[in-house]
Amino acid sequence: MSTALWKTKVDEVTKQRGKARETLLPCLEAIQEVSGYIPQEAVSYLRENLDVPSVDIYGVITFYGMLTTKEQGKYVIRLCNSLPCYLNNSENMLEVIERELGIKAGETSPDKNFTLEVVPCLGLCDKAPAMMINDKIYENLTEESAKKIIAELKG
Amino acid sequence: MEKILTKNIDKPNSQDIEVYLADGGYKALEKVLTLKPEEVIDEVKKSRLVGRGGAAFPVGLKWSFTSKEDGEPKFIVCNADEGEPGTFKDRVILRNDPHLLLEAIIIGGYAIGTSHGYIYVRGEYYPEIEVLEKAIKQAKEKGYLGNNILRSGFSFNIQLYKGAGSYVCGEETALLESMEGNRGSPDCRPPFPAQSGFLGKPTAVNNVETLANIPAIIINGGNWYSKIGSPGSPGPKLFCLSGQVNKPGVYELPTGIPLRELIENYGGGVRGEFKAVLPGGVSSSLLTDLDVKLDYKSIAKAGSMLGSGAVIVINSDTSMIDVAKNTIDFFAHESCGKCSVCREGTRRAREIITRFANGGGRAEELDLLLELGEVMYDTACCGLGQVAMSATTSAIKLFRDEFEQKVRE
Repeated sequence: MSTALWKTKVDEVTKQRGKARETLLPCLEAIQEVSGYIPQEAVSYLRENLDVPSVDIYGVITFYGMLTTKEQGKYVIRLCNSLPCYLNNSENMLEVIERELGIKAGETSPDKNFTLEVVPCLGLCDKAPAMMINDKIYENLTEESAKKIIAELKG
Repeated sequence: MEKILTKNIDKPNSQDIEVYLADGGYKALEKVLTLKPEEVIDEVKKSRLVGRGGAAFPVGLKWSFTSKEDGEPKFIVCNADEGEPGTFKDRVILRNDPHLLLEAIIIGGYAIGTSHGYIYVRGEYYPEIEVLEKAIKQAKEKGYLGNNILRSGFSFNIQLYKGAGSYVCGEETALLESMEGNRGSPDCRPPFPAQSGFLGKPTAVNNVETLANIPAIIINGGNWYSKIGSPGSPGPKLFCLSGQVNKPGVYELPTGIPLRELIENYGGGVRGEFKAVLPGGVSSSLLTDLDVKLDYKSIAKAGSMLGSGAVIVINSDTSMIDVAKNTIDFFAHESCGKCSVCREGTRRAREIITRFANGGGRAEELDLLLELGEVMYDTACCGLGQVAMSATTSAIKLFRDEFEQKVRE
């Protein structure tokens, strides 16, 4: 989570793709990936380096579901609740996970280990209900499997 | 039917360029490099292939428009921002047969006259992004990408853009805004991307599945392709079957097969008793006739749309108010907020449907919702707002009694 890491990543991206406005989203994605959120200093750094006003940068960050200025948990749980998952009991999965974690959708646990999000379709509709935890996919969830997954992550 | 789009996906190491080459991979590109760009476009026109992302626009025409525009450089963008709920077909190609897609993009680039290709892929598709990165590297090493491809004098490169979690970015003008480093709000058209697209230059935007048809069309000819499936909109189609069905999955079948056949012969039948189906994801209208044929024209005639081919099956245990609420919640969340009719329309509709879901509906609001649906269809700036109410209004029309039971006493 060090400051240096996101800076290194941004420099890598701009070296490879240039410093035009089109590089903004790849830079933000790189910061989000290594830091788990986009800190204010990173916005200032991009403003200087890409010559894009801060207001535009915040405009872009707030538009996209995977970018955030709020620190997220170590594990970001994205549970799908679009129709194919909904028709396969995703609401029930949400209740189970909320109960296991003691937080509601949209919240981060006090120990900063978990962030729970309800998201639109993840393209896993043939294995519904499904979720992703960071970049890992979990399919055909049941009450038991969901409980087990959370328990393992809690350690 | 011989598989065209999914012929490679079950092979071991299907992502590897050697496996792709072993079965005639990149032969279509070799052939294309001996043709004139106009000849490539003519072949695609003859095939009568239409876009598989949802809008069903003729691909040959799109390429022809883009190639004839004056602006330079031109761009070709592959739309891999698959996000329509119920759609998971592009993922199958991205993950298992990336070289099929790369070959098609290179051919498209040659046809419209550009060396610049992009793939805009969903940010959540982590495994697919990794596969694509590796495939691009392999194609470069083998000389199918880069400078002077196969000593033809034609150069072409492909760069990846990752989405960051926005459904509306699957709309082509929003996707281009996103690539330019902006909020992904759609632009009013015209101008179309073919005239003024990425960085204001002529740009062809094509969906993954659409492009995956191209190599076979080049090898076997447009006439051959035009005889597959439904004469009105020919070709194979990847149908994504999901919801309350026994064997959900992606099935490659010729256009025009009856819905009943897809669900019963391939999907193992409905789980429970059939009630209704959304044939083109949550953007389409509900249908209750199992004998409808799955092609663009037949589905449109039945009052819905085939869209991306996301067939979501709903059984009789499911409340249509819940279906309406789920879909309108989705659109209210994904509306970009740029045009007021969509921003306000989706929110007001959500409020009303939520009241019905809680047993506190007002009788007169059902007709109000139908009217709102028409207004949004007529006046919203992009496809999202135009179809946001489709599932809801069709639920009211087909299952009005369910809503009326939830009217406040």
